[in-house]
Amino acid sequence: MEKFRSHTGRVAPLRRSNVDTDQIIPAVYLKRVTRTGFEDGLFAAWRSKEPDFVLNRPEYAGASILVAGSDFGTGSSREHAVWALLDYGFRVVISPRYGDIFRGNSHKAGLLTIELDQAAVQQLWEYAENDPAAEVTVDLDARVVRAGDLELTFHIDDYARWRLLEGLDDISVTEQHGHDIAAFEAARPTWMPVTR
Amino acid sequence: MGRTLAEKVWDSHLVRQREGEPDLLYIDLHLVHEVTSPQAFDGLRLAGRKVRRPELTIATEDHNVPTENIEQPIADEVSRIQVETLRRNCAEFGVRLYPMGDREQGIVHVIGPQLGLTQPGMTVVCGDSHTSTHGAFGALAFGVGTSEVEHVLATQTLLLRPFKTMVVTVTGSLQQGVTAKDIILAVIARIGTGGGQGYVIEYRGSAIEALSMEARMTVCNMSIEAGARAGMIAPDDTTFEFLQGRPHAPAEWGAAVEYWQTLRTDDDAVFDAEVVLDADELTPFVTWGTNPGQGCTLDASVPDPASFADAADRASAEQALAYMDLRPGTPLCEITVDTVFIGSCTNGRIEDLRAAAAVLKGRRVDANVRMLVVPGSMRVKEQAEAEGLNRVFLDAGAEWRSAGCSMCLGMNPDQLAVGERSASTSNRNFEGRQGKGGRTHLVSPLVAAATAVRGTLSAPADLED
Repeated sequence: MEKFRSHTGRVAPLRRSNVDTDQIIPAVYLKRVTRTGFEDGLFAAWRSKEPDFVLNRPEYAGASILVAGSDFGTGSSREHAVWALLDYGFRVVISPRYGDIFRGNSHKAGLLTIELDQAAVQQLWEYAENDPAAEVTVDLDARVVRAGDLELTFHIDDYARWRLLEGLDDISVTEQHGHDIAAFEAARPTWMPVTR
Repeated sequence: MGRTLAEKVWDSHLVRQREGEPDLLYIDLHLVHEVTSPQAFDGLRLAGRKVRRPELTIATEDHNVPTENIEQPIADEVSRIQVETLRRNCAEFGVRLYPMGDREQGIVHVIGPQLGLTQPGMTVVCGDSHTSTHGAFGALAFGVGTSEVEHVLATQTLLLRPFKTMVVTVTGSLQQGVTAKDIILAVIARIGTGGGQGYVIEYRGSAIEALSMEARMTVCNMSIEAGARAGMIAPDDTTFEFLQGRPHAPAEWGAAVEYWQTLRTDDDAVFDAEVVLDADELTPFVTWGTNPGQGCTLDASVPDPASFADAADRASAEQALAYMDLRPGTPLCEITVDTVFIGSCTNGRIEDLRAAAAVLKGRRVDANVRMLVVPGSMRVKEQAEAEGLNRVFLDAGAEWRSAGCSMCLGMNPDQLAVGERSASTSNRNFEGRQGKGGRTHLVSPLVAAATAVRGTLSAPADLED
């Protein structure tokens, strides 16, 4: 995974709440067996039928920070939602609240998801709508979002932050604890089920 | 201080715990299907890793599979490649697979319990959010993404921060015609689709204790629709009776039951949040919007978005009504549907099919309605056919299919057309969930069957004439 320290880019304001992962990428796009190339499925229904949808508006082309309403990424566990956002060019999502599984997936795959309250999200929406070309900086090291005069601090789990900053892969970290896993396995009850 | 059921199961699976780091938790059972696993197996191959415990892993084909002509190759090439990829991966990594056509094939959350693999006190994961279903047995069961699927395949563990705990107490008892589906839809309408975020929900109270295992699975299944990662119900005699004699039930039955009986929330345990619901007051529930929290009782009308105090809720309701093509004030029972779907990991078990068949017996599906009945597993299909339920459905004019996820998410050919409206026993009414442009009303199997007969959203009581 690539290291994530700080990112500067433009904002796409998505004025919707309860954006579930079926909206982020519909199920028909999940049939592929690759890990990349999901950008065509991102918000496919809205992009195809709503000319005014934020990603259809030329002034937001190339935006890399998505700012959405509350409860972003609820529903299905599909990590394809994270891959589609990354493949499309987003590096950061900002929302007041996330679906738990989506949030976990995002940090495993290197997409930074930040929680800011509704008032801050509102400020960022207005900032991006007043000047779509204005840049915003998301500094993970300092845990702050800078947009013009705005300076919005955010909280993030220390461990998740450290992993993103270092670009670490969980499996190699866990493999260092192989002896702990083996010890646990040795003590499991013998009647626990096996699949064969 | 005492511990909750969820905390007891968590603590008993701790492989490693360090201040400032997530806990490392052992996973007892890993369920795998074709959609969320190919990239995980690829990851293993790239890193030269093996599946650490193939004997704690089981795979099936469910999301993509057609539900008719299953003896033929899958017509959709992309789906076929995904299913074939699972077969190759399972063969290469030594994972047991129940493929399409196998007697044990079915929706992953139906076959785990059916085989007796899901047992109290276990940790169960799957690359599917409805893994919460297995919590009905007092297991800690939750959905994970593909990166975590790979992590479990490689290490049989997961790195996790502890969940908060919520208790939903359902007092009283359900009235005739009211089901587990109505309980969980009412819970979601109460706390909202984000209300459970960060929590494990434990369901308890007299109305929960009275539920069968099938009904408990329906409740736990939709915990994710309230935002909760997992739902749990403490195991009791109903649980033990369901498990006894199943293919993977413990040989050392006495020792297992003795342990399972300790899996209860201590009297002095404290939950982080508490919700109380009175089952006596519940009536059949139906959703009107595009998230599972947008629901109300079937005897009500489509709400007016202006009646929502919160601006985001109001905007969300406006968007939902526009998508659903509904007007405020329309009685829900006047809404006409085109399709009725009975099936899914929420309501595709034998008891659900029995309930729907009891309503349909001697009646006909409305001429303008297409009705699909899709058993959750091939075993459920076999059982239903042994009981003659397939005849009831076919005689009424419904279609009787083979097992799979089917129209719950429309990854196979079972989809709604643009603008079509369904009454569905599945779990999600998201925009386009059952097919691009499709409109979904979530209901119980009883309401689904009555709706099929009348052609408008209806309860069985509406048929007594």
